[in-house]
Amino acid sequence: MVGLDEARHSLKADIAVRTEKLNLWYGTFQALFDVDFSVKRGIVTSLIGPSGCGKSTLLRCVNRINERFGYVRTEGKVDVLGHDIYAPQVDLTQVRSRVGMVFQRPNPLPVSVRKNILFAYQLHHGKQSSKAEADTIVEKALRDVLLWDDVKDRLDRLATGLSLEQQQKLCIARLLPVKPEVLLMDEPCSALDPKATETVEELIWNLRGDYTILIVTHNMAQARRASDECAFMLMGEMMEHRRTEDLFLTPTHQKTADYIEGRYG
Amino acid sequence: MSDTVIQEGRLDRRDVSWFVDKTVQVLMFVGGISAVIFIVGIFVFVGKEGFSFLFEGFSFTEFFGSINWRPTSENNQTFGALALIVGTASVTGMAMLVAIPFSLGAAIYIGEFATGKTRESLKILVELLAAIPSVVWGFIGLTIMNGIIIDLFDIPIGLNVLNAGIILGLMAAPIMTTIAEDALKAVPDKYREAAEAMGATKWQMIRQVVLPAAKNGLVSAVLLGIGRGFGETMAVLMASGHSINIPGSPFDSVRALTATIAAELGETAVGSDHYGALFTLGIFLFIITFLINLTADLVVKGIRKK
Repeated sequence: MVGLDEARHSLKADIAVRTEKLNLWYGTFQALFDVDFSVKRGIVTSLIGPSGCGKSTLLRCVNRINERFGYVRTEGKVDVLGHDIYAPQVDLTQVRSRVGMVFQRPNPLPVSVRKNILFAYQLHHGKQSSKAEADTIVEKALRDVLLWDDVKDRLDRLATGLSLEQQQKLCIARLLPVKPEVLLMDEPCSALDPKATETVEELIWNLRGDYTILIVTHNMAQARRASDECAFMLMGEMMEHRRTEDLFLTPTHQKTADYIEGRYG
Repeated sequence: MSDTVIQEGRLDRRDVSWFVDKTVQVLMFVGGISAVIFIVGIFVFVGKEGFSFLFEGFSFTEFFGSINWRPTSENNQTFGALALIVGTASVTGMAMLVAIPFSLGAAIYIGEFATGKTRESLKILVELLAAIPSVVWGFIGLTIMNGIIIDLFDIPIGLNVLNAGIILGLMAAPIMTTIAEDALKAVPDKYREAAEAMGATKWQMIRQVVLPAAKNGLVSAVLLGIGRGFGETMAVLMASGHSINIPGSPFDSVRALTATIAAELGETAVGSDHYGALFTLGIFLFIITFLINLTADLVVKGIRKK
């Protein structure tokens, strides 16, 4: 995977993710129609739209996790960091080390907090040479998501025993040691209560700059307060994509205006 | 007014469906507790027949310490079950060497790799395999495997631990596969998705996430396989050689506890020491399989508690 690294260093482009004429079918059902979309580096971009509009599907194309289901067919191009990730020679393991993902329901693995943090790191770097090195990695990741103080005494307990908020933070933390460039988040707060939503949102906002964040949300208030750019999708098509405040203040499409005013969705 | 009267009348009405409901409840209750009744009944029966011997002619050290099973000797009757116990254990051990790789491999393939029609037809085939009568397996051991072992290892007789172990392993594998596959299926898909999204390959995901999460179910699949091995009679009788012997290698013939009961019980006088001794073997088997099943059950429950 020299290719990806080279692309990353040589191509200091502003665009982290770009799709061109992206079409996707679940069996015979077409979920995406000619989606052209680009995500700028280092900012938070939110994807909004009514249920079934294809926003999660689009997100799941960026690390090709959609392909877990055998009946998915994808056409078109998805560039991540200047690299066509649907090219035949692409190694999915490498793609997924550059593009981390946080799911709707927190899904820590049923092992200890510590092992959760080290899981992805060990997949990509092998076992650490020393326990001290591993400890440093674990502490750094947990500090980055403001979880260290909560769980520092519980590192060897099962991660599935944490509160949902802590689990979701852990799910973000475990991506960081492999130093991804892009973080995909599929409604990361929808399983959390309002208080937890607030802290996780804050955390996501703090991570911008270091990471390019693409977040799917049902919650328009969340998109409005916690994203730099916002894209509105409808029926598998990209309707409009602009700076968040512009999109909410002066939507160009009637459909967008109707949606953000809550007339459907 | 008349409406009210009719409705009041209906409040304590016992019509046909009320009686059907009560009858069905009673029938279901009887069906439900029948398992308990049968278990207790079997234990009482086997115990009654075996206990007379247990309290009179039984010697603990002889039973578990001696390899001399001479129930029909005129002047020196001995009931040493050690060789039979070792025979059963060695055949079961050999069977597990065969069955564990096969059944876990099959379960992982069916559960994690196969999709759609392949998966469904494999599951049906595995269940079919479990339904083959044990005497048919014994027949295969006696004729086909016997010849193959004789040719392959150049030994005079092919009815031995190896033969019985392979046959028993193939017999136990389908049920172990089914249970192991259930255990894999019980692992929530979100764990797989999480691991894959972090860049794990399919095998890394299976080895580091799915198998540890399914560990208890897999252990209980193996335990139930062992229980099956201890209890199997006909195939072992036919393929093991049925000679009383502490095996020194897989090529030695042995005799199993179950096979001894099956072969000898018909020829003993009811109430004799020999008859009682065979029932004592039965009690011993019953206790062993009971403990194995109980352990398997507790191991599975272990996951749920956490």
